[in-house]
Amino acid sequence: MQRFFPLLIVIFLVILFAYMLRDGRNPSEIKNVHVGEAIPQFSLTDISNTGEISDQSIRNEKTPILVNFFASWCVPCRAEHDNLMALANTHNVRILGIAYKDQPEDSRAFLEELGNPFYKYGGDIDGSVGFEWGVTGVPETFLIDSNGRVRYHHYGPIVGDALHTKILPQLEDLSQ
Amino acid sequence: MIAEIGHFALILALVFACSGVIVSHLGAMANNEAIMQRTVGFSFAQFIMALASFAALMYSYIISDFSVLNVAANSHSLKPLLYKISGTWGNHEGSMLFWVLILTLFGAAVAFGKSLPLRFKARVLGVQSLLILGFLLFILLTSNPFERLLPAALEGNGLNPLLQDPGLAFHPPMLYMGYVGLSVAFSFSIAALIEGEITPMWARWVRPWTLVAWTFLTGGIALGSWWAYYELGWGGWWFWDPAENASFMPWLAATALLHSAIVVEKRDALKSWTILLAIVAFSLSLLGTFLIRSGVMTSVHAFAVDPERGIFILGFLAFVIGGAFSLYAWRAPKLAPSGLFGLVSRESALILNNILLSTFTAVVLIGTLYPLFYEASTGSQISVGPPFFEFGTRLLMTPLIVALGMAPILAWKRGRLSKAFQITIPAAIVALAVFVLTIWSDINGLIMTGLGLGLASWLVVAIFLDLAQKTQLFKTPSRAFKRLWNLPRATFGMHFAHFGLAIILFGITISEAWTSEKLAFMAPGQSEQVGPFTYQFDSVMPFAGPNYTGIRAQFTVIKDGVTIATLLPEDRVYTDPVTNTTEAGIYPLPSGDLYAVIGESGSGGRWSVRLYFKPFISGLWLGAGLMMIGGILSLSDRRLRLGAPAGKKQSAPKIQKPAKAEV
Repeated sequence: MQRFFPLLIVIFLVILFAYMLRDGRNPSEIKNVHVGEAIPQFSLTDISNTGEISDQSIRNEKTPILVNFFASWCVPCRAEHDNLMALANTHNVRILGIAYKDQPEDSRAFLEELGNPFYKYGGDIDGSVGFEWGVTGVPETFLIDSNGRVRYHHYGPIVGDALHTKILPQLEDLSQ
Repeated sequence: MIAEIGHFALILALVFACSGVIVSHLGAMANNEAIMQRTVGFSFAQFIMALASFAALMYSYIISDFSVLNVAANSHSLKPLLYKISGTWGNHEGSMLFWVLILTLFGAAVAFGKSLPLRFKARVLGVQSLLILGFLLFILLTSNPFERLLPAALEGNGLNPLLQDPGLAFHPPMLYMGYVGLSVAFSFSIAALIEGEITPMWARWVRPWTLVAWTFLTGGIALGSWWAYYELGWGGWWFWDPAENASFMPWLAATALLHSAIVVEKRDALKSWTILLAIVAFSLSLLGTFLIRSGVMTSVHAFAVDPERGIFILGFLAFVIGGAFSLYAWRAPKLAPSGLFGLVSRESALILNNILLSTFTAVVLIGTLYPLFYEASTGSQISVGPPFFEFGTRLLMTPLIVALGMAPILAWKRGRLSKAFQITIPAAIVALAVFVLTIWSDINGLIMTGLGLGLASWLVVAIFLDLAQKTQLFKTPSRAFKRLWNLPRATFGMHFAHFGLAIILFGITISEAWTSEKLAFMAPGQSEQVGPFTYQFDSVMPFAGPNYTGIRAQFTVIKDGVTIATLLPEDRVYTDPVTNTTEAGIYPLPSGDLYAVIGESGSGGRWSVRLYFKPFISGLWLGAGLMMIGGILSLSDRRLRLGAPAGKKQSAPKIQKPAKAEV
C-alpha cells in the first residue's frame, strides 16, 4: 500500500493546483476583509485624555474620517507625517490615530516632536486592535464613511503622489 | 532571418526528441544494438539544435532586434551588453529555452559517457528525450521566444531593473543547471524502474550527476540569497518566499539523495527509497517551475502570468510525476534489498540523515503549499511565515548536526557507538563550553544563540577529530601529513561540505544574535551610533547611470575616531520600465558587514535610512562556497577512480577509512 502514497499525494496536489488556476483569481491581491464592511469592534487605551475611542465613538461621528495606524518606532510614519498634517490642517480631514504596539509616552513624544494631526488618538499597546483591523504593518490608513463602513485601505506610508492620486479622490467620492 | 533559423532549429530539436523517445525504447525492447546506438546520435542532435536555437535568440538580444517580440518586450538598446546577454534568460520564454538547452546538454553528456551499458543508456536517453519533448512542446505551443512583432518596435521595453545586476545575471543559469541536472537522476531512476533492476553500479553512475546538480544548486541558491541581501535592501538574506522554497526543496532532496546513494553503492540496500528520492528531487524542481510561472502563488519572482501556460505545465507535471510514481508503485516490490547492516553503523547514520532531510523537505513543502490549500478550502487567505519554517529548521537540523559529527567515525556495516562517543568527547566538551559561555556572557542570553554556536563548534571539532583519527595525528604525528595527503578526495569533499555547513551555521547564528540595526530619520551632517560604529551621514547627491538616474548617499563609518569605511548606498530610478531599486552600501570587514540603505526623503531635508552592522554574515556565502568545493572535490575523486579496476570492493572506497579494510 505504501508504494501508492507518492502517487496519491501527486493526484491530490494536481487537483488542488488545477482548482487554484481557475479564471478570475489574482494571487497578488491582498484582500482586507473589512473593505466594504462595517468597522470591527474595538476599544483603545486612553493615552491622550481625549476620552474613550471605540467603534461606537467612530459611528457617532456621522462624518467621513481617516483611521491611521502609526508608531513612534516606525520610520515610514515619519515620512508620511507631513502629509497627515496637511490633510488635517489644509484639507480639514478628521484623522483618528491608533498608536500600534507603542509605549504611550513614546507616542506622545513622537506627536510633540512632529506635530499632532489627529483629532483624537489612542493606544493599541498589545497590537490586538491592529489584529482586528487586519493591518499588516504600520503605517496603514483606512477611510471610514459616515455610516461607519470601511471604504478604502491604504498600505504603507502616504508619500509621493499618493495623497493626491489616492486619498483625496477617495475623500471627494465620499463627500459627493 | 536569424529568429526564423532559431525557430526552425527548435522544431528540428522536437523531431529529434520524438525520434529519441521512440527509437530508444523500441531498440531496448527488441534488444537491437544498432537501433539503441542511434539514440546517442539523437541526443547529440537535440543538443546541437537547442544550442543553435539559443544562440539565435541571444544574437537577437545582442543586436537588439526589436522585430522579435520577446526582445522588444524584455530588452532595450541602451542596456549594457552584459544585461543584453543575460536578458536572454531573464524572461519566461528565454529561460524555458535555456532550460531545454541544459536538458539536452545533460542528455548529450550522458550519451557521450562510455561507462554505461548500451541498453541502460538507451533507456536513460529515452526518458531524457521525453522530458525534452515535453518542454519543447511547451515552448512551441505556449511560449515561443521567436514570435515576430510587425511592425518592429523602435525601442524595447527594457529588462526588469531588479534583474540588471551581476549577481542575478548568473543566478538563473546556475540554478537551472541544478534543477535540470536533477533530471539525469530522474531519468536514471525511470530507466532502472523500466528495466526492473537496481544494482550498486546504478548508484555509482547516478551519484556524480547528482553531485553536479547539487553543486550548481548550492551555488544558485547562494547567489540568489546574496542578491536579496544587497539588492532588496532589507538586510535579510532568506525570506521563506515560495520562490526560495522552490529552490530549497530540490536542494534538500538532492542532499538526501547524495547520502542514500552511498548506501545503495556500498550495501545494495535502500534501493527503493533512493529511487523514490531521485524522482522526488526532480519532481520538486518541476513543482518549483510550476509554482512560479503559473501565477498560482505570488512571490518575488513575477513572471508574466498566463493561465494557459499554467494549465500546460500542470498537465505535463501530472504526466511526468504521476507517470513516474505509477511506475514506482508498480515496480517497487521488485527492488528487494540484499545487503544487511547493523543498527549502529555508517549506513544507519545515513538513514537517519535521510529521515531528517526528507522530513525537512516535507515541512518546507507543507509550509509553502498550505496557504494555497487553505484558500481552496476556506476561501480566505493566510500566509505561513518564517516562525513556522524556523521552528522546523531548528527541530530537524539540531539532531542532524549532532549525528553529522559522529557519523563519519562510525564503521560501515557494524560500528561501535561507544568508540564514536569516545572519539567525539572533546567535541562535545567544546560544544558544551561554547553553549554555556554564550548563555553566560551574552546579555541577550538567548538559548538559541548558544545552541547554534554550540552545534557549529561541535561540528568543526568533530571534523577535526575525524581527520585526526584517520591520519593518526595523535599516534604518529610525523606521518600524519602524508596520511592526510593520501586520503581519498571524496573524504575531503565530505569534510569540506560539512565544514561549510558549520560555517553557515556560525554565520546565521552570529549575524542573527549580534546584528546592530538602527532605523533613523536623519539629515546630512548628522550621525548615528550603530553598535561600536558611528555612521556619519555626509551627503546625498543625484547621479546618472547608463539607463537610470538616482541618488547616492555617502556615509562615513568611524570607530574609535578612525575612519574605516565609506558606504555609498543608492536609490535608483530606471527609465525603461520605470522602477525603483535600492542598492545597499556594503563594506565587508573581517568581523562583519557594514550595511547602509537610503530610503525615502521627508520633511526638513531628512531621509529615512537603515544602518546595520551584521557580524560574520559573510559566513553564509563562505560556507556555501566550501560546500561547492566539497562537491567538486568529491567529483574529481570519482574521475580518478574510473581508471581503477572495476572490482566492487576496490572501486567503492568513497568515504571509507583508508587505513582499514572493509569488514
